[in-house]
Amino acid sequence: MEVLYQNLLNLDIRMVIMWLIGGVLIWLAIKKDMEPTLLLPMGFGAILVNLPLSGAVTQGLEEGPLSILYNAGIANELFPLILFIGIGAMIDFGPLLSNPVLMLFGAAAQFGIFFTLCMASMFFDLNDAASIAIIGAADGPTSIVVGQKLNSNYIGAIMVAAYSYMALVPIIQPPIIKLLTSKKERQIRMEYTQKPVSKTTRILFPICITIIAGLIAPASVALVGFLMFGNLIRECGVLDSLSETAQKVLANLVTIFLGITIASQMQADKFLQLDTILILCLGLIAFVFDTAGGVIFAKILNLFLKKKINPMIGAAGISAFPMSGRVVHKLALKEDPTNFLLMQATGVNVSGQIASVIAGGLILNFFLH
Amino acid sequence: MLNLLASFEPMHFVENLRYMGLGMLGIFIVIGAIMLLTILLNKLTEKKEDSDSENKGA
Repeated sequence: MEVLYQNLLNLDIRMVIMWLIGGVLIWLAIKKDMEPTLLLPMGFGAILVNLPLSGAVTQGLEEGPLSILYNAGIANELFPLILFIGIGAMIDFGPLLSNPVLMLFGAAAQFGIFFTLCMASMFFDLNDAASIAIIGAADGPTSIVVGQKLNSNYIGAIMVAAYSYMALVPIIQPPIIKLLTSKKERQIRMEYTQKPVSKTTRILFPICITIIAGLIAPASVALVGFLMFGNLIRECGVLDSLSETAQKVLANLVTIFLGITIASQMQADKFLQLDTILILCLGLIAFVFDTAGGVIFAKILNLFLKKKINPMIGAAGISAFPMSGRVVHKLALKEDPTNFLLMQATGVNVSGQIASVIAGGLILNFFLH
Repeated sequence: MLNLLASFEPMHFVENLRYMGLGMLGIFIVIGAIMLLTILLNKLTEKKEDSDSENKGA
């Protein structure tokens, strides 16, 4: 009889709190449709690994499947990199290639990463601060790769923050944008002329980016390279079947394992610390200052431009694709139902994807010794 | 909590501002290079395709 209840004696209140956190993640995924592909597996995984003496994770000498998956796919950065092939295959760089100047906004919107690095360095050592700051890349795979390479002690909290805030972009960004812009600025119209982009450009673009990023920020070459490889498969025109597989089957498979494996780092004793709350706050700061960086950069440019830019598009420079592009488009429609900014915002959003990976590479260049 | 308070070093913010400067400079240099290259690619392939279509027309 004792066998039936003896494990209950190992139950800890902190585990119950983690079940609640897992429940909230599942609720956000299902009820609010927030990044369900990741938040749902993470939520379920948080419950799974916080059962007393859970066999899903390593207990003493007994290896657990989630710990094995973690070592096989996340500790060596394999899962996020493979996922990048799928993401690269999904991205259409067309709007960006027809308006290359939009790339500058993607660069400006990485400000939050470096601001947060300075903020986090007040509390954490530099490697942990850099890993926390990269939450502002608004890009899960980049956060995982940087955190792992820098041997961060807070990888679980960083991953949860990165994915949760990406899901919360529609809630985080609008108030910041409104705070920094006037109604008149939000109503600025931007003409969009779709210039034709040749197939040669579409094919050469991912190759050239890989070379440039590799030459300047060699630590980023795996991240950029896998993303661009996926895009090359998409654009080459002779690998449609591979492109489709990368976009759907491959990305879905990795996502299933990624979410639940990340949860293996959400064990109560590691996760329920004040450090975690601080990391969540710093992650929020990163997103806020990314948004502000993009908007303020656009406002500065407007001082010199005859044809004004709607400063809201700067906010789409954070990498959360395609949410932030849609947020800007919806805000513009709210101010003026005939003002369509979707294509410009999407172009900026795509450039944010490239810039955030490069930011991750630069961070690694600075701190990986 | 005590650990966090003990490790709080406000001067580190100022000391690490150089990473902010270097990082933003680095991003703009890389993105600037990519932007220029894209403009160049667009120009080069645009001309080539124009002349291709002219040749076909002739």
